[in-house]
Amino acid sequence: MKLLRILSTLLFAAIAVSPAPTVAGEGGRTPKPVVTIENPGKCVAPAEEMRRNHMEMLKHQRDRTLRAGIRGEPASLNACIDCHASKKTGSVLGGKENFCESCHSYVAVKLDCFECHQPKAKFKAAGLKP
Amino acid sequence: MNAPDRNPRRAFIAAAGAGVAGLGFTAIAPGLHLMAVGEAAAAVEARKAGTSASPAVRWGLLIDAGKCAPGCTKCIDACHTENGVSEKLPDPRQKSQWIRKIELVDRRNGRKTELPMMCQHCANPPCVDVCPTGASMKRADGIVLVDRHTCIGCRYCMMACPYKARSLVHVPLTEQNPEVPRGQGCVESCTLCVHRVDKGQTPACVESCPEGAMLFGDLNDPSSAIAKRIASVPTTLVRSDLRLNQGVRYQGL
Repeated sequence: MKLLRILSTLLFAAIAVSPAPTVAGEGGRTPKPVVTIENPGKCVAPAEEMRRNHMEMLKHQRDRTLRAGIRGEPASLNACIDCHASKKTGSVLGGKENFCESCHSYVAVKLDCFECHQPKAKFKAAGLKP
Repeated sequence: MNAPDRNPRRAFIAAAGAGVAGLGFTAIAPGLHLMAVGEAAAAVEARKAGTSASPAVRWGLLIDAGKCAPGCTKCIDACHTENGVSEKLPDPRQKSQWIRKIELVDRRNGRKTELPMMCQHCANPPCVDVCPTGASMKRADGIVLVDRHTCIGCRYCMMACPYKARSLVHVPLTEQNPEVPRGQGCVESCTLCVHRVDKGQTPACVESCPEGAMLFGDLNDPSSAIAKRIASVPTTLVRSDLRLNQGVRYQGL
């Protein structure tokens, strides 16, 4: 009887672990981000550095550009978007395949940039016609 | 550029100025023709990448209210297109006004004057004085801006501004232009098209005015068209009693 219970527990555990192929990582419950780089090889820094420090780079650049008026800095949110916007939707947001959103939803970090900034590359606003 | 001119060198300069700035100065009187070309030539100098805004420069506007056509809203339309102001609001009182037309009526004789009113880019801006987070700021070259990264939307600056130049964004936005970020919960106002000025262009309103009523340039440079005009014709600072030393001046009020 005891043996049967142990066996059934093992079987249950095997079933619980088995639907892993779609769930990436070592037993992780969250799908790994799908990072598609549309224009590879043009980045301002190596990928490891970008992954760790892109927020610091953007934060310091935004202050230099807005407050001091320095233009043409290597780190620029618009330059990020121009390269990394999805070819399908033209945006870095919108779904799990879009560059910014895929990682940020994986690590559960709120992405505030696009409350004000335009997430689509080469977007042209229509403006208000009277 | 249809004013007849016998001097080939002058015609060449005029053509070069118009070609670079993409502007026509057909509406400008012959006496003001060369000054306008000078203004276009001065404004094509883009600041080099990596250099900060210079305190030696003070950007300013001179608006000739006498030339401002009644009922014309070309400057407002150009501003809204350039800056992506397109949201539709249920309450029109919440609409963002980067630039608006106002009409002055002299009650004694009925004389009407129209003029565009926007952020006056004060040298001593009250909006910067009152801002509790330091978001409201003046750049070294005199352009008054809101740093939306630190703006908390308290609207203290809107109350402090004597020109009602600032607005709060009331709704979430998705139609921003990449160069002009703006969003819900932040105060905004005319930026003097800072993204265009840094590239060496003139503000969108100045470029769009069919009457040539707006002149943009460096107030600190005595050889600029705007400084020459201010030195030669009477111009007014609105509410000069407040001693804010605005960058925007009016002519013909």
